[in-house]
Amino acid sequence: MTDRNSIIGKLDWPILLMYFALVIIGWMSIYSAGMSEGHHAIYDMSQFCGKQMMWMGISMGLGFVILILDAKVFDAFAFLIYAVVMFMLVVVLVYGKATNGATSWIDFGGFKLQPSEFAKLGTALAVASLLGKQDADLQQRKTRLKTYALILVPAALVLLQHDAGSALVFASFIFVLYREGMPGAGAIMLLAAGVVTIFVLTLVWSVKVMCIVLGVLFALTLLFYLLNKKKGLWRMVAVYAFFFGMVFSVDYAFYDILEDHQRTRFEILLKLKDDPKGDGYNLHQSKIAIGSGGVWGKGFLKGTQTKYDFVPEQHTDFIFCTIGEEGGFKGSLVVILLYVGLLIRIIKVAERQRLKFSRIYGYAIAGIIFVHVAVNIGMTIGLVPVVGIPLPFLSYGGSSLLAFTVMLAIFVKQDANRLNILS
Amino acid sequence: MRIEKSLFSVGKSMRYSNRNLINRQYVIIGIFAVVGLVYLFKLFSLQVLDEDLKKSADNNVLRYVTQYPARGKVFDRNGKLLVYNEAVYDLMVVPGQVSKSIDTAEFCRLLNITQDSYVERFTKAKDYSRIKASVFVSQISKEDYAHIGEILYRYPGFYFQIRTIRHYPQAIAAHTLGDIGPIDKKQLDADPYYKRDDYVGQSGIEKFYEKELRGKKGLKVVMVDVHNREKGSYLNGALDSLPVPGKDIYLGLDAELQAYGEQLMNGKIGSIVAIEPKTGQILAFVTSPTYDPNLLVGRVRGKNYLDLLNDPSTPLLNRAISGTYPPGSTFKMVNGMIALQSGSIVPATQFHCNGPSSSPIKCTHHHGSSPDLANAIENSCNPYFYEAFKTTINNPKFGGIKKGFDYWCQMTYKLGLGHTFDTDIPYERPGNIPTVEYYDRMYRGSWNSVTIRSLGIGQGEILVTPLQLANIAVVVANEGYYYPPHLIRAFGDSTAIPERMTTRMETGIEARHCKVIKAGMQSVFEGSHGTARGSKIPGITAGGKTGTAQNPHGDNHSIFIAFAPVEDPKIALSIIIENGGYGSTWAAPIASLMMEKYIRGYTERPNVEERMMKGTINYSIKKKK
Repeated sequence: MTDRNSIIGKLDWPILLMYFALVIIGWMSIYSAGMSEGHHAIYDMSQFCGKQMMWMGISMGLGFVILILDAKVFDAFAFLIYAVVMFMLVVVLVYGKATNGATSWIDFGGFKLQPSEFAKLGTALAVASLLGKQDADLQQRKTRLKTYALILVPAALVLLQHDAGSALVFASFIFVLYREGMPGAGAIMLLAAGVVTIFVLTLVWSVKVMCIVLGVLFALTLLFYLLNKKKGLWRMVAVYAFFFGMVFSVDYAFYDILEDHQRTRFEILLKLKDDPKGDGYNLHQSKIAIGSGGVWGKGFLKGTQTKYDFVPEQHTDFIFCTIGEEGGFKGSLVVILLYVGLLIRIIKVAERQRLKFSRIYGYAIAGIIFVHVAVNIGMTIGLVPVVGIPLPFLSYGGSSLLAFTVMLAIFVKQDANRLNILS
Repeated sequence: MRIEKSLFSVGKSMRYSNRNLINRQYVIIGIFAVVGLVYLFKLFSLQVLDEDLKKSADNNVLRYVTQYPARGKVFDRNGKLLVYNEAVYDLMVVPGQVSKSIDTAEFCRLLNITQDSYVERFTKAKDYSRIKASVFVSQISKEDYAHIGEILYRYPGFYFQIRTIRHYPQAIAAHTLGDIGPIDKKQLDADPYYKRDDYVGQSGIEKFYEKELRGKKGLKVVMVDVHNREKGSYLNGALDSLPVPGKDIYLGLDAELQAYGEQLMNGKIGSIVAIEPKTGQILAFVTSPTYDPNLLVGRVRGKNYLDLLNDPSTPLLNRAISGTYPPGSTFKMVNGMIALQSGSIVPATQFHCNGPSSSPIKCTHHHGSSPDLANAIENSCNPYFYEAFKTTINNPKFGGIKKGFDYWCQMTYKLGLGHTFDTDIPYERPGNIPTVEYYDRMYRGSWNSVTIRSLGIGQGEILVTPLQLANIAVVVANEGYYYPPHLIRAFGDSTAIPERMTTRMETGIEARHCKVIKAGMQSVFEGSHGTARGSKIPGITAGGKTGTAQNPHGDNHSIFIAFAPVEDPKIALSIIIENGGYGSTWAAPIASLMMEKYIRGYTERPNVEERMMKGTINYSIKKKK
């Protein structure tokens, strides 16, 4: 058992310090973004910043509780937690409240929770627990299918809430599966990259041009294979056939599978459509806010784009605009370095775990945080279509902050406990 | 290489060693790092390299609001308010901020404009600039402003800007006061002070004193939020400047006299110019027909202006400065003064008059056969002044008629004829005094005093404006000098008025000569044969001279110049009634009423007053003759 008095020394302070830094930056940014309604104290409970402070207290309190709990609890109760979260996801589908087109809230008498935020945590625990068993072998089809199910069920439930952004986050489990050696994981990552590339290029260039480009590439690869007498020629041909099929189905996918608003977001992003007043407004104003920050930024509380409501959702999904505008490139650099630093630190800490459960869990949350950060910041600077998911630790929102804090706290607890494990 | 190998090692056939899998962390870290770098690169290009985004942010949030200063007010010589400002509101639009989804039908109904007009105005504003404000609907009244202002928040991109329009409580002296109107391209290019949609003085003192009246515009830079609501000043007002109000102007004009003159001129075409002899300040500046200056203000301005422009009686023309007339017999003062000053005649000099059978110029009046100078003025004897003119230009001391005529020309010039006074009255015309060169060209060098005999009685090529004619009365009243006639009396802040208007001009006619003319003019009212004896003002001494000017366009113009009181002249004036016949018919009685009104404050001759006010001249019939 862990000696409670010495737990402080066993905690991974780099992770915790980066966590605190991000939460404080988020809190201040939410305060600044809320200035449009006049000056308030940063702890004013009627304001977003005040509520965020309350959620910071709750999150850190719960985080502390987690740190003093027995580390084994999480592995033991992983599936129970998973089940509770799945139940909540079903409940939200039936009773949930709609916000911005997505039905994702449960109202506990004025106390609103967003189960999809906790679904990621539950899934990470469940996957870690499943694959963390000594006899778990991803080479076995049965294990793989179980893993797929654990990931795809919550993803599907979230998608049913019309929350495509949160559903997309479940794709992040590809990182942990890749690390754990699941056959085909690397190929899926490559294939996914290929699919995205072809999708984007086909929209930008047209089908005809893409056929020519792919044709030339295919001819070159074929030549290379024949000259070097490489094996796997058929697989290569199959991949190209798949790509060609993609090219021809992009139009169909684009116009018939995507919903109108999703299609528009792609069009705006790829500059196929220019509508800074209408559908492109969010991205346009967001880029203006970040771009107007310059190198050093306009200074704390001095951002005009965010303070005067030009940027929509400025305290939640577009919180990065406040950082970019008021902190400038300097601020953006600090935040990006904090995130990349945190992610690398999590990977490094995960690798030093003796328990498979802890390592897998670490990779899972690193993947989740990474996808959140990449999609959220990417959307504010026009690299990713507008998808409504929060920026971890920074965006306003109790569920999000609580879920990410708990996620991180469990990992830090596992790490603090690692020396107690006999390998 | 290791990373690449591990990434590509796919397939069941291969057994994974732990070593291989551990290396996969670098692939994942690599992906994180690469994405981070790509994002930083993109952020660098957005935040450091792209300058346009900074401007866009400013365009979003900064609104440059011009603070229009109050234009200076205008008062008459007694402090009576003639022109002041009324607040109106311009609805401004920033086309780039206007949402496409606004309810234009509702908006048009509020503004009382058609949908087509909305589109037209909007297109015009957009063509000018997407991000700079232009006037969408100008000069909205206070009531409409309150009404529209309440719901304007629903229409982002539109906002109100306060400004003032002129109001004329007395509704007199339209031409003198002038008007302000939208600035034109030329004015805009000439002075960087002005912005598109500014209003500037277009005529009268509004034009001449534009720089003094306009004051100095202020600027307020405010920040607005996405709903176009003001959120306070930018940089704590460091870029703001307060408007400086324009100077008030006190005119020499007597509002009561001006109004009285306008009433007297009702139904007649012509003008009255009354000047205070000792200062050159214009007391009354009447041109008829006239119009209510309030017509050229606000949203009705354009339509009314066109109506006035197309009116066949040309009410926009200021006849007091732009009408040029042959002076007729009123010019005899000029010839008399020049003849005396040149020593060509003395007051006692007599010339023979044969009445209607005189040659080469007939006399239209009946009087003794050989008048002296004062007599000749009293009787308006044509032969006398022809002889006096002839004697002057043929005076042997000049050595030839051309030199003599040149002297005569120079003297008329010094008396204020043949040129403009260039004071504060825009669009003044110079009139015409013929020159030696002119006659040389006209008669190929061969001409003599008989050729130009008409000049002796104020006919022929001579043309004068009513203002110049009034100035002749001033010169006689002042016995030899004048101040260039002008409108201003003082600025509200007591700064000096332009020096040109306070510079005494000597005419070169000695006082003793003027006194003779003055006495002659007095007998025009008081002599037994005086041509204006019917218009004598009981109890006030006055000097005058009738004129009946022939003109090629119809009946003779009725002309009169006068001053009063003779001992200490307080007012000198000229009256021209177009096609009014004899000077004594209309011009003289009107002149006497004006002088009486100014000196007494009222008139004791209600019957004359009524006859003059009600009397009209039927121009449409008379002109057909």
